[in-house]
Order: sequence, then C-alpha cells, then structure tokens
Amino acid sequence: MAIMQTDSSSFPEIHIRRKAGLFSFDLKELIRYRDLVVLLIYRDFSSRYKQTILGPGWFVLQPLLTTLVFTVIFGKLAALPTDGIPPVLFYLCGMLGWNYHATVLQATGNSFQSNADLFGKVYFPRIIAPFSASVSQLIGWAIQFVTFLVVLGVYAFMLPEGNALLPSWRSLLLPIFVLQAGMTGLGTGLWLSALSAKYRDLQHLQSFIIQLWLYVTPIVYPLSMIPERWQWIALINPMTTVVESTRWSMLGSATFSLSTSLIGMGISTLLLISGVLLFGKVERNFVDTV
Amino acid sequence: MNLPIIEVSSIGKRYRLGQWGARSLREELENLSSRVFRKNQANHTDRASDFWALRDVSFSVNEGEVLGIVGKNGAGKSTLLKLLSRITEPTEGEAWLRGRVSSLLEVGTGFHPELTGRDNVFLSGTILGMTRQEIRQRFDDIVGFAGITQHIDTPVKRYSSGMYVRLGFAVAAHLSSQVLLVDEVLAVGDVVYRKQCIEKMKALAKEGRTIFFVSHQLDVLSNLCPRSIRLNQGRLIQDGDTADVIRDYLKADGDGSQPSTARWTGQAGDGTAQIEAASVRSDGHVTEHVNIDAPVEIIIRYRCLKGGSRLNASVIVNNSLGAHILSSPNLPSATTGEDRWGYAEHPEGLYESRMTIPANFLNDGLYSCDICLSTDASHSNGVVESAISFTVHDTGSMRKEFQHTWWGMIRPRMHWETEVIKEAKP
Repeated sequence: MAIMQTDSSSFPEIHIRRKAGLFSFDLKELIRYRDLVVLLIYRDFSSRYKQTILGPGWFVLQPLLTTLVFTVIFGKLAALPTDGIPPVLFYLCGMLGWNYHATVLQATGNSFQSNADLFGKVYFPRIIAPFSASVSQLIGWAIQFVTFLVVLGVYAFMLPEGNALLPSWRSLLLPIFVLQAGMTGLGTGLWLSALSAKYRDLQHLQSFIIQLWLYVTPIVYPLSMIPERWQWIALINPMTTVVESTRWSMLGSATFSLSTSLIGMGISTLLLISGVLLFGKVERNFVDTV
Repeated sequence: MNLPIIEVSSIGKRYRLGQWGARSLREELENLSSRVFRKNQANHTDRASDFWALRDVSFSVNEGEVLGIVGKNGAGKSTLLKLLSRITEPTEGEAWLRGRVSSLLEVGTGFHPELTGRDNVFLSGTILGMTRQEIRQRFDDIVGFAGITQHIDTPVKRYSSGMYVRLGFAVAAHLSSQVLLVDEVLAVGDVVYRKQCIEKMKALAKEGRTIFFVSHQLDVLSNLCPRSIRLNQGRLIQDGDTADVIRDYLKADGDGSQPSTARWTGQAGDGTAQIEAASVRSDGHVTEHVNIDAPVEIIIRYRCLKGGSRLNASVIVNNSLGAHILSSPNLPSATTGEDRWGYAEHPEGLYESRMTIPANFLNDGLYSCDICLSTDASHSNGVVESAISFTVHDTGSMRKEFQHTWWGMIRPRMHWETEVIKEAKP
C-alpha cells in the first residue's frame, strides 16, 4: 500500500483529448520514462551483435574497407587532394562523424513501421524509440574511433614528421561534433519517419538519401577544394561542418571557423526540433493507419 | 469526495476509411487549401467514407472498481481500450485518468527474443510504466509467479510458448499501476494457467486496483466484474450489473444475423428415414448463446420415407473436450413427457421432435450435439455428428456467494438439507 500511495502523488492526472497544434512536447513525461531509455539502449546493445559472425568487428572492418576503396579510387585514380594529410587518415577521420550520422539515420528513418507492434500495444512517449536508437549507435562510433586512434598512432610513429599528427587540445571539442552528427541524423530520421508513416514508399528513399548525402559532404575531398565563393552552398549541409570540424579537431588541418561551425550547429538544431515536432504530430494517430 | 479514477466524457473516434496511404497528391492539395481557407472546418465534416468506431461514450469508474466491457466484434471495445491506453487519440470528447495506468493488450509486451528472461522482465516492466527500482523489488515475486526460476537467464526465444506467456503475464500481474486496462490477455494458455490468471486478477481487484476488462468470455466477465458496460456499434447502450448486461447482450445477440452452428440442414439417412434439420433454441429463438439459467431446446426434423417404420430420434450432448455428457432417445421409457411418436409406427411424412434440457443443468462452456435417427430402437438410419453446438453462459445467477471456478461437466442445482445433530453447550 505504501508504494501505491507514493505512486498516486507522483502521477499527475492524465487528460486525454484531441491535441491541437504542433507543440505537444512533454519533457516532464520524458524524464519519468528515463529508465525505459536506459533499457532500450541496453536491449539494442545486447541483441544487435548476437546473430552476426563478426559481432562488433563490423565496425572495425567497414570503415577500413571503405577507406581502402576511397584510397584507391579517389586518392590514386582521381588523385583528389587531401589537405596534405595521409589519405588513409583523411578518409578514416572524415568517416568518423559521417558513419555515426548515417547509422543513426538508418536506425531512426522508419521508426513508426519498425516499432508498429509495440506502438500498437502500449503507450510511452514515442520519441523514446528513435532517441534511444540514436544513442545506442554510439557504440559503433566508439569502436570506429578506437580503430582510427590506432591507425593515427601508427602513422604518428612511422612518418618522419609524424609528431604533428598527435592530437592537441582541439580534440577535446570532438564530442560537440559527434553530438551534431547525431542531431543531424536523428532530425533527418524523424522527418523521414513522419513522412513515410503517411507515404509508405518514402522509406525506399532512405538509402538513396544517405548515398547522395555522402558525396555532397566533403569526405572524399576537402572543403578547400571547392572555390571559396561557392563554399557557402556546401555549408548549408550541416554534415560539412561536422566532417571538417572533426578533421580540424583530430588532424589539425581543415577549413574551420567559429562562424561556419555555429551556422552548421544551428541548422542541425533546427532540423532536430522540426523533426521532433513533426514526429509528435504523426505519432498521435499513427496507429490508425497500420 | 474522491473524483472517479477514470472519467470518460462524450468520447468518440472516427476512422477515415481508405484515406491513409491511398491519398493522391490532388486530394492532399484540396485538403490543404480547404484547411487554409476554412480553418479546421475540413476536420469536422463527416464524409461518406467516415466510420465512427466509437461515439458519444461517457461513463466513470471509481477507484477499486472492476468494470467489464461487453459487445460484439466491432462494437468499439478495442477502440475504447486504445483511447484510454493513449495508443491513439480521440476525435472528440475527452477523458481523465487519475493515477498510473498500464495497458495489457498482449502478453509479453516488448519482449525481445534474443534477451534473457531476466532482461525481458526489466524491459517489459519499464515499457509498461514501472521504474527499474520497482521491478527490482518485485523481481523474485515475478519469477516465482511465472514458475521459471531455473530458466531466467535463458534467452526467451528458447522458451516454450507456455513459459513465454507465463512470464509475460507475471510481469503484468506485478505492475504497480492503480489502473489496469486488460484485453483478452486471459484468452491464451491452458486451463490451469487461465485459472491462475483469473485468481490473480481477483487478488489485484481485492487490493484495490481498478481494472477495466474486455473479454469475449462472458463466464470470465461475470466471474470477475460486478459491473459492466455494453457497447453496440460504437455507442454505450447499457451500464449496470454484469448479470443483467450479459443477459440483455445474449438476448440481443441471438437475432440470427451472424452465421452460427445453432442450425444444421442437410440429408442424413437411408431409404427408410432421414434427418433433414436440427437446431438449438433458447428463450424463444434459435441461438448458439444460451444462458445457464434458461432451458435449451434441441429441435430435430426428420422425414419418414417408408411408412410403418418405428422411428425414434436421439441426441448426444458432448462437451468441448468431446466427453459425452448425456444421451437421450425419445423412447417411451426414457422420456418424461408424452411423446406419442417416439417408437411408434410412422406414416410417410415430415416430423419434428423437440428435447428440452432443463435450466440450471449444464455447466458453462461449449457443447455440441450428435443427432441420430433409429428404426426399432436398434437400427441406425442416420447420424449427424456435431450437427449443432451452443455455448452456455454463466449469468451469475448461481454465483451470488461463490466466485471461483465451478468444476464439473454439469451444474445442476441439487437438493440439500442440513440439520443440527448435536449443538455444543454454550
């Protein structure tokens, strides 16, 4: 009985009605469900690799193989510049933020359909599902980051002037850029989820968007390759700042300025907020359409 | 004065049939323009394709009440549950829930097959609204209740379906919520498990939980819920004593509009005689739903093809497990009434025999009847196995005192008398 009494005091009256407008975001409720976030992240961690042969090894292999392909095609054949950085490090570093963004987008871009069973049976703030999916992608990022550090270490000790490659204080800013990559991926994922809940065929767009986005982001080429008067176009893409800032913080050479960084962060934030609101609008009646 | 824990006021839910997914861009633009020019009006007009799954439903539930919901498929029961669970939003009206609510719309909500039983208890528990701390406190009780202590660290994908269901229900049964919204959860599993579930629900009700219970199993409802509401085509048409609600529901439901096994027609026999039809009748009409406190008539039509045959009909009543409950022929020495045609010489023609099973005789549950026709009480002309079937529903008329499972294949009221042999001296 004691438990029940504390329950009723901590649980406010729930008022069920048709909600009007866009702003129905309830932060208090999210805080009450914090344990669910933790458990969903744990579920993703512990269930994801159980049926793959290589397990988390995929996260080591995938960027290494991609880097190899990039080095051969864009480094050797197309001979694109890499800002004076060894091509392998250049690509690996560029893909750090990008891969996190892409896996988040993949994991959240179809949130309604992939959670339809659960959403149809029980209520919890729906945003928790894509949010915890985004956080659990961090483990892939961490594995990839360690891989990158190992390769960076090898280069730093092998090359004659390798000491210049060792991380400086700027690497402490890295978490900000990881956060921005996650925000961009989640924001886009929420937009796609909301749209494909209504127009089912839009989910096929997802892989196309990721592929196209990869090439408009300076991953296989440096931003400095784009003529300066056109660079502002590239900066509309928030992933440009993520990738360039990551290189700036880890490798020390890239096009970086506080103002472009802030603009990129602003665009990512807008993307996320608008995604959350749109998602919140769709979630209220999504179940009726399944 | 306490406010009701659930209060529903004129709630309604409209579905737009064939709209989602199949919406063209042109329709979309029309919709957009109408929304811009006649703000919000588009949302309040009914269209031909609209369908109100629920409309103008109001009721309230006080803390500690156990409320049943009765209605045919499509009457709006599940929609009501979904609205109160906040799975979807009402189109109109509103409701207040004053307390923590958990909806149990399936067993094992949120279970992940790759995770162990232990992990799934925590996962499912938090999805249903508990905190990890609360689950930790109840963990041993949950595992004990499910009876799977030695398998708790095995992935649930290796569980038998019975273990899976028991663990799922165990989590649900130990929720800390004051309000439980339950839908047919008890319909799965074996008899022993079902009994365990009903006992647990009763225990929860006794603890003062409020339970909102949807089930097609009227016996479970009458057993569990003192009060019920009845929905019909999205409207609330009755709110009161469960026994009354079920009685009226069965009366209304037996209008013969739905295909039933209450009626059989065909031809089964030989050159002498054949069975042509059989049906179940109760309360004046053909029905597969029978109240436990109403008599049941089994009606047989047969044709005599060879004049002068000594024909008689008989009925075998079987329960849902196939056990023979009784067999009854209309032979003069085996009947109570005066059936002048049983074992008499029949001229050619069509005949109808009626057998009455008295009220308060069968237990609740499903029964099926084999129909036979014989000549000279020895030669079988024709048999129709499981020709008709019917369900006996518990109306609660014998449950004023006793609430638990009523064992037995039949449930007659028996004659009892008790007398004092020796009174202890005060």
